[in-house]
Amino acid sequence: MSGTVGPVVTVLIAFMAIWYLAAIFLNIPFQKDIYKRADRIDVPVSELVLDTWSQKKPVLPAPHQVVVEIYETTVLKKITSKRSLVYHTGITLSSTMLGFLIGTSLGILLAVGIVHSRVLDKSLMPWVISSQTIPILAIAPMIIVVLNAIGISGLLPKAMISTYLSFFPVTVGMVKGLRSPEVIHLDLMHTYSATRLQTFLKLRFPYAIPYLFTSMKIGMAASLVGAIVGELPTGAVAGLGARLLAGSYYGQTIQIWSALIMAALLAGALVALIGVLEKITLKQLGMAQ
Amino acid sequence: MMVESTTSNSKDYSVVSAKDLCLTFETNDGPVHALEGINLEIKKGDFVSFIGPSGCGKTTLLRVIADLEKKTGGEITVNGTTPEKARLDRSYGYVFQAAALYPWRTIEKNIALPLEIMGITKAEQRKRIDKVLELVELSDFGKKLPWQLSGGMQQRASIARALAVEPDLLLMDEPFGALDEIVRDHLNDQLHQLWAKTNKTVVFVTHSIPEAVYLSTKIVVLCPRPGRIYDVIDSTLPRERTLDLRESPEFLKIAQRVREGLAAGHAYDD
Repeated sequence: MSGTVGPVVTVLIAFMAIWYLAAIFLNIPFQKDIYKRADRIDVPVSELVLDTWSQKKPVLPAPHQVVVEIYETTVLKKITSKRSLVYHTGITLSSTMLGFLIGTSLGILLAVGIVHSRVLDKSLMPWVISSQTIPILAIAPMIIVVLNAIGISGLLPKAMISTYLSFFPVTVGMVKGLRSPEVIHLDLMHTYSATRLQTFLKLRFPYAIPYLFTSMKIGMAASLVGAIVGELPTGAVAGLGARLLAGSYYGQTIQIWSALIMAALLAGALVALIGVLEKITLKQLGMAQ
Repeated sequence: MMVESTTSNSKDYSVVSAKDLCLTFETNDGPVHALEGINLEIKKGDFVSFIGPSGCGKTTLLRVIADLEKKTGGEITVNGTTPEKARLDRSYGYVFQAAALYPWRTIEKNIALPLEIMGITKAEQRKRIDKVLELVELSDFGKKLPWQLSGGMQQRASIARALAVEPDLLLMDEPFGALDEIVRDHLNDQLHQLWAKTNKTVVFVTHSIPEAVYLSTKIVVLCPRPGRIYDVIDSTLPRERTLDLRESPEFLKIAQRVREGLAAGHAYDD
């Protein structure tokens, strides 16, 4: 563990340096404009640099501006407040989780069907694949509108978009996983006259578990993207997507970036959580070596 | 199975009986005659070895007995019934070339696998696991995971798993093929004693002449293209055997006949 700290810190410092430099260059034109209107000439370079890092609506906010914004909207605001980032993150998290759970269950079910039935394999798999070729931004408003028309609104429509994105990696991963037992193991079950259900429970499913966790990591990240995308066309009342949309309406770039960073942190935390579950499960099953 | 045990006491009871058995695989390059005109009788308590070069159909023949392949012609009965019925009755135990243990199950749990599928009670499972682990001398390793055991021990565990079903018939497909000579000698000895003790019928596929001669009461020499029986040798060796027997003139005579059979069956090939 200690051997990785050095490289990680180095990369982080390099990343921050590039960000600060980029903030200077991207914000200079606007800053010069401000100076011109104020009739200021010969502003020292050091002041110019500091000013580019403290604009109210910068093209690219500096990291510390984002950190301050996140701090002010998380720690300093009540969770129930509409201006609390925790509140919005919670809204997005709930539809991410709901969509992820439905998507994972659906993905497993589809995979089980596809592996056990040639008809389903031939008829379903092309749909599963082509479903993912449609841009989610195009289909998301349609899903919201259609579900609204039949009286479903709120959490579920957003969760459906998460489901739409997250079932796919689970289906593909589980089909691969359920088909991964070696012929010799399947032959063995055959000599025991095992039923298909027994073969599934005692052989195919355990074999697929490592595949399931890998798929769930991808599915979780996709689910979060789906939840945010789902919040964009709803008129943006609450959620990280709403923060992004509101931020772009009013040119609040710092708010946009803080929502983006929050989304990234959330995704990282959720994927890490699955990683922990994976470790525990594989250890329990005796698969970890 | 209970009903059949009355008839199976008689010495002439055929555990496996094949008449003019054929198996042809249809492939893109035309039919492949894996087995042709196989006539074979395996009596209760026999230890029968199938020996022959690669592609002679020895494994395929074993797989037909186990209902892992379907015959395309002729007749075959296992335990007096069809191979499928015999499989559904769970009347045989099968040992593969590789141990095929489930990596996430301990040795005990691997042995319990067929018992769980058969719906045997936990208490009875426990009894059988302890019994077969003792038979293959792995009593101290029940709680270990497969990768913690050597190759020879893994194969012994897989034999224990087959024995846990308590079959009268044991089908073994080159079980020691991947092991080194010393481990192999040891396991041959163990297997021989196991067979002598339990009076099971064993069908054993191998490509090792000493192994076949040492273990068998009957040696079936097969030859390839099409896969068929070239020679059947009834062993004149006593039922009780030790590894020193392999130096005896009797042993060498049988080995010589097997070798000649293998060479003759192969001759047109080179």
